[in-house]
Amino acid sequence: MMYSEKVMDHFMNPRNVGEIEDADGIGEVGNARCGDIMRIYIKVDNGIITDVKFKTFGCGSAIASSSMATEMIKGKPIEEALALTNKAVAEALDGLPPVKMHCSVLAEEAVKAAVKDYFDKKGIAYDPKEFPDCESCGYCEIDKCG
Amino acid sequence: MKVYADNAATTALSSAAKTAMLPYFDSIYGNPSSLHSFGQEAARALSSARDTIAKHLNADAREIIFTSGGSEADNQAIISAAMLGAKKGKKHIISTKIEHHAVLHTLDRLKKQGFEIELLEVYSDGIVHPKDLEKAIRSDTALVTVMYANNEIGTIQPIAELGGICRERNVIFHTDAVQAAGHIPIDVKAENIDLLTISAHKFHGPKGVGALFCRRGITLTNLIDGGAQERGKRAGTENVPGIVGMAAAFEEACTNIEANAARVSAMRDRLIEGLLEIPESILNGHREKRLPGNVNLCFKGIEGESMLLLLDSMGIAASSGSACTSGSLDPSHVLLAIGLPHEIAHGSLRLSLSEYNTEEEMDYILTAVPQVVARLREMSPVWKKMQEAK
Ligand SMILES: Cc1ncc(COP(=O)(O)O)c(C=O)c1O
Repeated sequence: MMYSEKVMDHFMNPRNVGEIEDADGIGEVGNARCGDIMRIYIKVDNGIITDVKFKTFGCGSAIASSSMATEMIKGKPIEEALALTNKAVAEALDGLPPVKMHCSVLAEEAVKAAVKDYFDKKGIAYDPKEFPDCESCGYCEIDKCG
Repeated sequence: MKVYADNAATTALSSAAKTAMLPYFDSIYGNPSSLHSFGQEAARALSSARDTIAKHLNADAREIIFTSGGSEADNQAIISAAMLGAKKGKKHIISTKIEHHAVLHTLDRLKKQGFEIELLEVYSDGIVHPKDLEKAIRSDTALVTVMYANNEIGTIQPIAELGGICRERNVIFHTDAVQAAGHIPIDVKAENIDLLTISAHKFHGPKGVGALFCRRGITLTNLIDGGAQERGKRAGTENVPGIVGMAAAFEEACTNIEANAARVSAMRDRLIEGLLEIPESILNGHREKRLPGNVNLCFKGIEGESMLLLLDSMGIAASSGSACTSGSLDPSHVLLAIGLPHEIAHGSLRLSLSEYNTEEEMDYILTAVPQVVARLREMSPVWKKMQEAK
C-alpha cells in the first residue's frame, strides 16, 4: 500500500467527522474540480479551540489529513492552530506520498480559513499575510491542476 | 470475502494456460531459431501458437507477430502505418479521444515529428460515429486507429463499419483490441481490419506477451532491431512459455466465448441495475454496446480513490478514473471525453468482471458498494451542498 498505517488509520477511522451547528468559525478550501474539498468547523472559548469538526470530499490522504489536522488543534489555543504547518500534518501521519502533499496543504489552509472566519466574525484584527491563499502553496502547479 | 473485480487491469492466469506453459519453463528450453531438435521442438510450439491465434481472428498465421504485450503492438502498428504514409507524403492520422495511452502517447510522439493528429468525438455514450470518420478522412490520411472496446467504460465501437470505410477510402485501419480479444468475437477479414493488437493478460494468459495482426501487404517498421525472429519484424529470442500460454488462454477463451459472455454479462447487468438504485449515480458508457464484464458508474458527491480504499478494506478489488488513482490531479481522459465534468468524473468506480466471478460475489458487491457510498457521502461537504440545493 502506498499509504502509511497512520494514514490508513485516520482514513478508516476518521476523528472529528461532522459539523458544528453554531460554529464560531468555518473554513472551506479546495475545489471539486481538483478532487478535494475540506470544510472545517471550530468552536472557540476564551481563545481556546474547544471543539472542531470536519467534512471532506477527497481521496484517502485528504480525509486522513483533515482528521489529523483537527486532532492537532483540538483543545489548543488559537495561536497554535495558526502555527500549524502542512509539514507537521504530514509528519504526524508518518508521511504522505509526494503526489499527495497537497492534501496536507489543504488541511493547513482549511484550519487557517476557519480561524480567519472566526476573526472576521468577532471583529478581531489580524495580518492578512498570515493566511495563505490557495495559489500560494504551489502544489497545484506541480500537479498541473486546472 | 475476497472479490477480484479488476479484470480490465489484468486477469488471473487460467489453469489451462499455466499447464501449457510449464514444460517450456522446464524441459523444453531450446531456442526456436536453433537447428537442432531442442530448438525445433520450441519452434513447433511457436508455430502451433501462431496457428491458434490466427485461427480465432480469422487471419493467416503469417500475419501474426508476437510482441511483449499490447503496448508494444500498438506502438509498432501506429509507427509502421505512419512510416508507410510519410513515404507517400501522407501525414494525417485519425484516432479518438478515448484511446489507451499506448496509442495516445505514440500519437503524441508522431505529432512532434510533424504528423497531424485528429481525434474523433465519442459523444456522451462513448461511441464513435462512422459519419464523423467519413468526413475526417482526407487524401493525406495515413492511418485510422480506433480501439475495439474501451478499457474504462467498456464501449464497443462499430469496428466493421469503420473498417469498411477505411478499406473503401484506401486508408490503413488499426484497432487496439486488447480489451475485446477473447471476450467478443473478432474477424479481421469480415471487419476489414489491417492491424490489430491483442494482449494475453487480459484473457487469462500471462503478462508481458501480446500479438500484432498485420494484414499481408502492409510492411511493418521494426521497433527492435536484431535477429531475424518474427519474419525479421521483431528481433529477440521469443518468449516461448509466454506465447504458448497466450495461445492456450486464447483457445480456451474463444472456444467458450458465447457461454462466458452470456454468464458474465448477466452478472454485469445485475451490478448495473443494482448499483443504479443508489441515488445520484450515473452509468458511464453505452448500456448495450458494452463489454460483457464492464461496469462503470459515477457516484456524485464522493471521490473515487477513497471508494477504492474502503472497498479494498472489505476485500473488493476495483478501479477508478479519479485523479488520485492516476497520479495527477486530472481525472481520466475517457470520462472527460464523454462530457463528464471534473467533479463527477472524480467519483467513478469501475468493476470489471470475468467468468471466474460468481453470483455470490455480485451479492457481496451489491451490499458493499452502497455502504461505502453512503459512508463517504456522510462526510462529504459536496454531497451536503447537493442535498441543501434540492
Ligand atoms: C485498451 C488497452 N490497450 C493497451 C493496453 C496495454 O497492454 P499491455 O499491458 O499488454 O502492454 C491495455 C492494458 O492496459 C489496454 O487496456
